[in-house]
Amino acid sequence: MHTSPAVVVDEHAHDNPALLHHFSDERQQKNAASLGMWIFLATEVMFFGGMFCAYLVYRHWYFGDFSAASQTIAILPGAINTAILICSSLTVVLAVRAAQLNRRSQLVFWLLSTIVLGLVFLGIKGYEYHDKFVEHHVPGLNFSFVEALPGHVGAMANPHHAEIFFSLYFALTGMHALHMIIGVGLFSFLAFEAWRGRYTSNYYTPVENSGLYWHFVDIIWIYLFPLIYLIDRHK
Amino acid sequence: MANHATTQHPTEHISTVGSSVTIWLILLMCTGLTAWVAFIDLGPLNTVVALGIATFKATLVVLFFMHVKYTNEKLTPLVIVSALFFLGLLLSLSMADFATRLWH
Amino acid sequence: MATEAVVEQGERETYLNAVYGLKSWLLTTDHKRIALLYLISITFFFFIGGFFALLIRLELLTPGGDLVTADTYNKLFTMHGQIMVFFFLIPSIPAVLGNFLIPMMIGAKDLAFPRINLLSWYLYVAAGLLMMYTILAGGVDTGWTFYTPLSTEFLTTNVATSAISIFIAGFSSIFTGLNFIVTIHRMRAPGMTWNRLPLFVWAHYATSLIQILGTPVLAISLTLVALERLLHLGIFNPALGGDPLLFQHLFWFYSHPAVYIMILPGMGVVSEVVCCFSRKRIFGYKAMALALLGIAVVGFLVWAHHMFVAGISLYAALIFSLLSYFVAVPSAIKVFNWTATMYKGSIRYDTPMLYAFGFIGLFTIGGLTGLFLASLGIDVHVTDTYFVVAHFHYIMVGGMVMAYLGGMHFYWPKISGRMYPEAWGKLAALLVFVGFNLTFFPQFILGYMGMPRRYHAYPPEFQILNVLSTAGASILAIGYLLPMVYFLWSMRYGKPAPANPWGAAGLEWQTPSPPPTFNFDEQPVVTWDAYNYDEIPEPEEVPVAH
Repeated sequence: MHTSPAVVVDEHAHDNPALLHHFSDERQQKNAASLGMWIFLATEVMFFGGMFCAYLVYRHWYFGDFSAASQTIAILPGAINTAILICSSLTVVLAVRAAQLNRRSQLVFWLLSTIVLGLVFLGIKGYEYHDKFVEHHVPGLNFSFVEALPGHVGAMANPHHAEIFFSLYFALTGMHALHMIIGVGLFSFLAFEAWRGRYTSNYYTPVENSGLYWHFVDIIWIYLFPLIYLIDRHK
Repeated sequence: MANHATTQHPTEHISTVGSSVTIWLILLMCTGLTAWVAFIDLGPLNTVVALGIATFKATLVVLFFMHVKYTNEKLTPLVIVSALFFLGLLLSLSMADFATRLWH
Repeated sequence: MATEAVVEQGERETYLNAVYGLKSWLLTTDHKRIALLYLISITFFFFIGGFFALLIRLELLTPGGDLVTADTYNKLFTMHGQIMVFFFLIPSIPAVLGNFLIPMMIGAKDLAFPRINLLSWYLYVAAGLLMMYTILAGGVDTGWTFYTPLSTEFLTTNVATSAISIFIAGFSSIFTGLNFIVTIHRMRAPGMTWNRLPLFVWAHYATSLIQILGTPVLAISLTLVALERLLHLGIFNPALGGDPLLFQHLFWFYSHPAVYIMILPGMGVVSEVVCCFSRKRIFGYKAMALALLGIAVVGFLVWAHHMFVAGISLYAALIFSLLSYFVAVPSAIKVFNWTATMYKGSIRYDTPMLYAFGFIGLFTIGGLTGLFLASLGIDVHVTDTYFVVAHFHYIMVGGMVMAYLGGMHFYWPKISGRMYPEAWGKLAALLVFVGFNLTFFPQFILGYMGMPRRYHAYPPEFQILNVLSTAGASILAIGYLLPMVYFLWSMRYGKPAPANPWGAAGLEWQTPSPPPTFNFDEQPVVTWDAYNYDEIPEPEEVPVAH
């Protein structure tokens, strides 16, 4: 087992107004905040994981019907949204870099860019949901599904199983969208504080940790894209 | 852009614009690749390839965008691996039931 | 309105008198004050959960369903379970003793995130208010297990509000766990290495791992139930080809490890108490620490043993049965090591030690009966009977609650600065032990004879054992009420406690009783191992309250 004392006392540490009293120095505070955020992301992995488990089970049981349901969802908005989120992760990285280099206006710019990209994502998502509503693919709301079973001539997909797919679709993408909304709110707060000059190369922990959250939400979508939009497309 | 240290945190890595844009381009290309491969019949391998590319993308985001490659902190990779391990337990032991229900 | 304390000449400033006023308590970030806020709220819920237990036991005095209707009875055991599990047991030791002691035990001024600590308490309170609303609005009758499709389709009671309430309580638990893990990693004083940590800290670290990794799955299970109920999604709906067992898998993935959340902190307390009152260091420190981690990890591998007769495949049942046997091993190691610690020790029979003895014996019985349940053949016979009820009460009440009471007595001098009356302490411990066994041992027999659980009426041949059980519950209730009375009494009339009345090892005993707000005047530097009882003199005379 490692034996490592947790603290080195720094006499000048208390010059930094961001240092909280119960920490010995800024390094300890930053490391604590960072570890806290990573552990929170671990909880989010398990939270989404429960839904992925449900998806895995039913995809295993009802692959054909899932495939039929997936193919009624247009790929292009999904692919564009994936690209948008990847771009937003880049803007986050550039924002953190700007903070580290003490460039306030650049930091604000990249934070705002991230917000804009997030909002565009949500807008496209809303458009996709509207499509599903119009096609009567929303469970519990006049659900009706009459599609052929891909790859099986003459066979129809089971509408009940398709309804399960769409239940998972809304649960997964809805929960993801909720996390995006929270992220947009978080970054709005950050942009405001950054504009007021709160984040410098001496203290940019909130930017960095919010960035971790944003990247995590991006990673969830990276998995959702193939799982939702690309089931058995070659049929 | 040089990777010079910040004033207060001598070991803190600062991403270069070049490396960030490179990763970004790779991620975009992989997205396109995923969509393209989906239309090619690889049988059961379609799922494997799709999830494999997704995992590769996620790994790039974690290592480079989330700075895990550059941190001295050994605890961070441990937290990530632990979360994935326990998620794996949930998925695999559940499937031990769902995949073996012979009457289904 | 917060006012600065007027510290009279000679009166030392402590965390209790540093600032006065309601706002200073409700907006505190001092981990010790937050611990007391939790103490008050979980005690309140203990009464509510206990009240439902009282009604259950009254109904079961007679074979017929004559006190309440079947539907009402369903609500009683549901509310008893939900409140005791989520609003009493899961927070109990971690939120009260863990919050109070962990920073002190590691030589820190506070937890890593004091404001998140306060947020945890407010989430708990919000969840509690929503649960009280649920109760007043007519209660829930799904069983604490929320099984679908009953919870998603068929009931008109307040399923959604109770699910949301528990969801919020779950986040209180997650944030506490997150706080503890970061604190233990990052806030240890110089020299406080992992190998020198008190086992109480190790126990909370293991518990926090479970809280972090398990509770989110409960959160998503409850979310999906609420969505299915409110928006008619169809994930668990058999009519659509959905599987109710999917809910059970997701639910028990958390709820089995949850029972380890409800025992590991107790094991931590027992280690501290046993060492102090045997005046010996723990036998097998590394094995004890690894056993705690082992229980936490292996505890995640066994959840479907709650589903043996629910319809899982035989193959899965065999796997989970085998894994469930494994989880007993680290628990057994702990019981052996506590015993070995006591061997040739200098035993004192103070109240905390009596509770520790009770824990070790009753936990062993509960654990062994768990092995019976892990065996598929026996489980088919006794599942959903009182055998299971007795098994888990032996561990949760005979184990965890006794550890909680033992810990409260052990640390009361540190928390309040007063000694409780030792004679009354011993009497209460005896009443709890006798009352507990009289309540729950007959239930093993009842279950084995076939009395189902969750029934408000039963065949007449089961009555005598039920009467014994209810009689035991009355004695148990008195045993629980006594400490509440004499702890309150001691706050005014108890003898002032010295810093270390028990002569115990640990940094927490090197602060005054009660401690100052920031725990230590100077950050300690640790150069000794945990449980260094060979260096600590016995207390000359343990102060007794008059």
